[in-house]
Amino acid sequence: MNPAVITEAEIDAAYAAYKTDAEKNGYRLNPDEDFVKNLIRGLLKNGQRYGYRACPCRLASGIKDQDLDIVCPCDYRDSDLEEHGACYCALYVNEAIASGKQTVAPIPERRPPRSERMKAGSIRVASTTERPVFPLPVWRCKVCGYLCAREQPPGICPICKATKERFERFV
Amino acid sequence: MPTHVNGKDKGQVMLYALSTCQWCHKTKVLLESLGIAFDYEYVDLLEGKEQDEAMAKIERWNPAGSFPTLVIGDTRAIIGFRESEILEAFGA
Repeated sequence: MNPAVITEAEIDAAYAAYKTDAEKNGYRLNPDEDFVKNLIRGLLKNGQRYGYRACPCRLASGIKDQDLDIVCPCDYRDSDLEEHGACYCALYVNEAIASGKQTVAPIPERRPPRSERMKAGSIRVASTTERPVFPLPVWRCKVCGYLCAREQPPGICPICKATKERFERFV
Repeated sequence: MPTHVNGKDKGQVMLYALSTCQWCHKTKVLLESLGIAFDYEYVDLLEGKEQDEAMAKIERWNPAGSFPTLVIGDTRAIIGFRESEILEAFGA
């Protein structure tokens, strides 16, 4: 089956949604609208291809569980914004770049290389037997850092709206 | 198979890119504007063994396996869209 063509109207709608969502949550999109729309085209294309919007500037494996860290917004966004003023693909930028006072420079890849990723285990389900300090497991949203103590992670992060699978067991 | 772009011969110039990546796109446009001959491969459009082989080649130069990776003359690589380094590498 050929993937459906992504129309300009779909890109415009997604752009408006990303912009509103970013600003509502204290983030800024890159002021270069054409650049952002091309990134969004890539995100929508990855959504069609893989079933999730993997970062357009990274190679997705096609296996969602292995690519959760690069589903936009990626796990590395906030660290890259802090250190470099922009996320890896430069969809999200800091205030200085958003207001045109600073420009985007190439950002080194923070994601571990393939060889290391294969070793990393994934934590998805709380162990009910292992409770070192607290009566409940503590869950951390890997996108925004939100923490909560409960039996299971929330279905959707109340802060950044990331889905349950983006949570890791913190304590 | 990589796609060839005709132009002035500056030795072997190979661009590993993603079809969805804007920094890769900027790099390709810059190479085209320089009028040099180069080859490019959209690694996200490769499958299975072909993609693995391309990644192995990229990781020799760039262990992070990131894009774009531009390999020049099999002697050096420029990782990411680094305009001034690319211009300097081709004496432009």
